[in-house]
Amino acid sequence: MSDVMVDVRGVHKSFGPLEVLRGVDLRVRAGEVTVVLGPSGSGKSTLLRTINHLEKVNRGWISIDGELIGYRRSGNRLHELKEKDVLKQRTHIGFVFQNFNLFPHLTVLDNLVEAPVAALRRPRKEALETARRLLARVGLADKADAYPRQLSGGQQQRVAIARALALEPKVLLFDEPTSALDPELVGEVLDVIKDLARTGTTMIVVTHEIGFAREVADTVVFMDGGVVVEQGPPSAVLDEPQHERTRAFLSKVL
Amino acid sequence: MASTTDTAPPGPAAPGAPAPPVPDDPATLKVVPARHHARWVAAAAVAVLVAQFTHGLATNPVWEWHVFRDYVLSETIVQAVWVTLQLTAYATVLGFLLGTVLAFMRLSRSPVLQTVAWTYIWIFRSIPMIVQLVFWFNLSALYDRLGFGIPFGPVFWSVDSNSIIGTIGAAVIGLTLHQAAYAAEIVRGGVLAVDEGQLQAAAALGIPRLRQIRRIVLPQAMRAILPTAGNEIIGLLKGTSVVYVMSIGELFYQVQVIYGRNGRVIPLLLVATAWYVVLTSLLSVAQYYVERRYARGADRTPPPTPLQRVRRFVRTLRTAAAQRHRPVVPFKPLGDIR
Repeated sequence: MSDVMVDVRGVHKSFGPLEVLRGVDLRVRAGEVTVVLGPSGSGKSTLLRTINHLEKVNRGWISIDGELIGYRRSGNRLHELKEKDVLKQRTHIGFVFQNFNLFPHLTVLDNLVEAPVAALRRPRKEALETARRLLARVGLADKADAYPRQLSGGQQQRVAIARALALEPKVLLFDEPTSALDPELVGEVLDVIKDLARTGTTMIVVTHEIGFAREVADTVVFMDGGVVVEQGPPSAVLDEPQHERTRAFLSKVL
Repeated sequence: MASTTDTAPPGPAAPGAPAPPVPDDPATLKVVPARHHARWVAAAAVAVLVAQFTHGLATNPVWEWHVFRDYVLSETIVQAVWVTLQLTAYATVLGFLLGTVLAFMRLSRSPVLQTVAWTYIWIFRSIPMIVQLVFWFNLSALYDRLGFGIPFGPVFWSVDSNSIIGTIGAAVIGLTLHQAAYAAEIVRGGVLAVDEGQLQAAAALGIPRLRQIRRIVLPQAMRAILPTAGNEIIGLLKGTSVVYVMSIGELFYQVQVIYGRNGRVIPLLLVATAWYVVLTSLLSVAQYYVERRYARGADRTPPPTPLQRVRRFVRTLRTAAAQRHRPVVPFKPLGDIR
């Protein structure tokens, strides 16, 4: 299995006495879109945040493109990486937040240029060219000099996606990218993600948009209680769920 | 009272009186503004008090305005103002630098750094500035030589502490250490006011740690830091007057020297007052523009500056004059209170 891009093995995560992830296994192949569904509190978002090491795992390990995230292995020991090295690893992992988290004091263009210049040491001129190209790709070429708060929620999320793409990551993680949006703005953001899916970007999307999962996902993963309950192609998981908990969840959201 | 004089809306009229005809077209209804009688009375009373006070300022011979005029721009005073400004500038810059370091020590994950920063703030907020200044003035009694060497081991190089620090140096150190303790808490408050998601986004993008602080956190923290920092700097400007205990020729010390010689206490205190007011006003104006700069992106459309408002007002006047109309845009130098 050389084309496995994201490999999650036996990941456990607790917040104090609360065990949020209890042994999650997940494999995402290069160029595939994986949609993670599940009720709130099922550990979907936490799983996503362990993948780019925003949360440390208590047990298990995660690798991206064969590289262990947050640790270095020597023999039977896992050495925790320094923050500097973790930050370097994160430049390979794009992350899109539910609340966009754009930098409000920087223009849209500066939001896109900041990380390539600061983290990858790209020349500013080159970063600006990439930024303008990406803004055109998400349909916001004319907003380069606007400040984030001058944009609608949908536009802000499209900028956030462009910002994540500016690092040319190996994988893109979306944490409920449309949950903070007004209903009429959801479509424009999903369209951008669909466009990325068509061009073969490896993505893991945590969402509640079942229609989007059916249309775009190569694999649908259903999580509940901190474990993966079932996974498979959308036709299988969404139309013929094997597990009672999946059926109960789908009957509520469909 | 406003409620008694408010215009009644068109509706049921008083019983007995014939109901006035209610016009159908709302455009023909005349709006009568409410009259605020109590407000007029209060304004008149205050105006009288202000007039009395101003009259006293101008006519009471004790103010001795001619003495004020002789001294306010004299070389001694201007030089003393310069010393005051230098003390303020050094203590502000060094105090906020040290304060920022202390703030991030307190916010760090290292319990040692946290404790040291907390203890520093605790001690230096506890000591009155004047007590601390006298301590520094007597530094040589405490440590007569300062040098570099191995901790608890041999010293390679040392100097007489009075010769490198001097009086002004001691004053700057005292003011700085005092200021740093307050600045640390102001900066910490500002940093805590920045949304957690901003740091997460910066971390997720792999931006190096120092750059996260300098480029993402501090510029946003400035919004919360600046109003309080402005207070602190203005407080410091006036606080420099306590270094008169160290016989440093700053404004207040020099004023005292002069009135000690000629006995004209009141006009010379006025000289000091006038300068402190002028300097504080300049700082306030600077604060307005710095705050405006750091507000970029915070508002969808930033409000115009007072200068832009004046220009706009003049423009409206001109067009109005050209059209022989009265201006329609009221002049509000500071805008509507929000």
